[in-house]
Amino acid sequence: MKLEARSVSVTVGDRKLVENASLHVSGGELVGLIGPNGAGKSTLLRAMLGIRAISAGQILLDGGDFLAMPPLKRANAVAFLPQERRVEWRLPAYDIVMLGRYPHQSGFGGPAPEDRAAVDRALDAVDGHGLVDRPVAVLSGGERTRILLARALAVESPLLLVDEPIAALDPYHQLHVMEILRERAHNGAGVLAVIHDLTLVARFMDRLVLMNAGRIIADGLPADVLTAERLASVYRISGSPPQRIS
Amino acid sequence: MKPLIPYSLLIAGLAALVGGLAFVSMVVGPATAGTFELFSMMTHGEADTAWMIMREVRLPRTALAMLVGMSLGVAGAALQGLLRNPLADPGVVGVSPAASLGAVLALYTGVSVQMPLALPLMGIAGALLCALLLHGLARRGGVLTLVLAGVAVSSLCAALMSLALNLSPNPYAAAEIMFWLMGSVTDRSMDHVLLAGPLILLGWAILGASARSLDALSLGEEAAASLGVDLGRTRTLVVAGTAICVGAGAAVTGGIGFIGLVVPHLLRPLVGHTPSRLLLASALGGGALLLAADILVRLLMFGPELKLGVLTALVGAPFFLWLIFRARTELES
Repeated sequence: MKLEARSVSVTVGDRKLVENASLHVSGGELVGLIGPNGAGKSTLLRAMLGIRAISAGQILLDGGDFLAMPPLKRANAVAFLPQERRVEWRLPAYDIVMLGRYPHQSGFGGPAPEDRAAVDRALDAVDGHGLVDRPVAVLSGGERTRILLARALAVESPLLLVDEPIAALDPYHQLHVMEILRERAHNGAGVLAVIHDLTLVARFMDRLVLMNAGRIIADGLPADVLTAERLASVYRISGSPPQRIS
Repeated sequence: MKPLIPYSLLIAGLAALVGGLAFVSMVVGPATAGTFELFSMMTHGEADTAWMIMREVRLPRTALAMLVGMSLGVAGAALQGLLRNPLADPGVVGVSPAASLGAVLALYTGVSVQMPLALPLMGIAGALLCALLLHGLARRGGVLTLVLAGVAVSSLCAALMSLALNLSPNPYAAAEIMFWLMGSVTDRSMDHVLLAGPLILLGWAILGASARSLDALSLGEEAAASLGVDLGRTRTLVVAGTAICVGAGAAVTGGIGFIGLVVPHLLRPLVGHTPSRLLLASALGGGALLLAADILVRLLMFGPELKLGVLTALVGAPFFLWLIFRARTELES
């Protein structure tokens, strides 16, 4: 399955947050959306999900108009982990992960066996079985991210969009989350992630899309995108580009 | 963090409590028609009188306390879920003051003297007008717009009610308005129940349709939207449902506060903090609490009967204060 933004612009008042951006993510690839703060990465991600109105362009799912599809059909195709990690109420972690099954449930009766199985698979992926009975509100940052990621994985959608999944995590948990995302892509899902850590994106991502000031300025293999000139012009930092370790 | 009691058992227990209190409410009354007097009438050949008291006086009173209590409970739970704030209350959307204003106008203009049912009818009209206004706002604006608009509507209605009091032709009219505003289920007839009942049921059905979306909203609006929740539709359902059931209730009973704030808060831990499960539990809990309060009002025998709304505010306001302080210590620790 393939989700594509074609010449998308997002405007607020007379400010263009995203301008004429085109990018796509297909099954089996792990794509990093990078760029400095305020480049428009999160806005573009929300536009591709249909939760942020676009002023021009198209969002296509396998060539069909994604925004015209009913909300539940969209939710079944594309899962999303927002940057916001706040969970209201003292809901236990298991119930939070089960919310990932929302697009699959009718609302009558409790969770079906296949919903429970999907939640178990998602908890396997994040190594979260030990957390299920605890309220998410009392979990540590790393534990909470894993549970919320499991919530997004439990949708079992062919595409997954994540916004800064490793922000504020220690190195061990950063690597853990990156490995979960890579494994998801290996299993056939298309994953698009906004991530700031250039070393990690160079190491894990199959492809990088670089944004600056609302525009996409590069799209390709990490080594081709992260050049010393771009680091200087876009990020205003000097140094040698990070290397892929394989 | 598993709930202490299984959900089905909790619901069965609360339903039994409502049933039990409704029965008590049917047989408890002032001394001249207290429980013993009713039973002695039945056994001494005055069964007709006893039945008439129960059917004409106690039944509407019991039904209204139950319906209004349940509306406040379910609407409070739904609003707390929508606004994701444990301090939300049906009062925040301003529908009760709007209903009260309609009723006050009926009293002020004297229409209610010629046609007693004009009072609840105008109350319902006030509530529905307020619902329409909020519906328009809920579609377009966000949650904050909604709450602020509710505050504005409440203030305007309060000002207009004060104006009616200010301009009332004589002290008796003013006193009548004041007493009505305090909120009560005394001396209501089956006509009141039949007027408000269908609207209240409609409001419940609308609120029930929002239940599952409220669960998803625990993750925040963006995550909920990405799961297929229509945020605008959910807001509309909760606001319209609340306005219709709470407004119709307020139109026949006057303002009864704090039930919708206190009940969801007490029951939340018992349903495992799940917003959708809280709806039914809170409805039953609200019904039980208002029935109990109304029974208590009848048993407290000093001077004139205490108004139901006065009692709920007397107990509810300190509880609210305690909640705020507890929430503060939780945040600061």
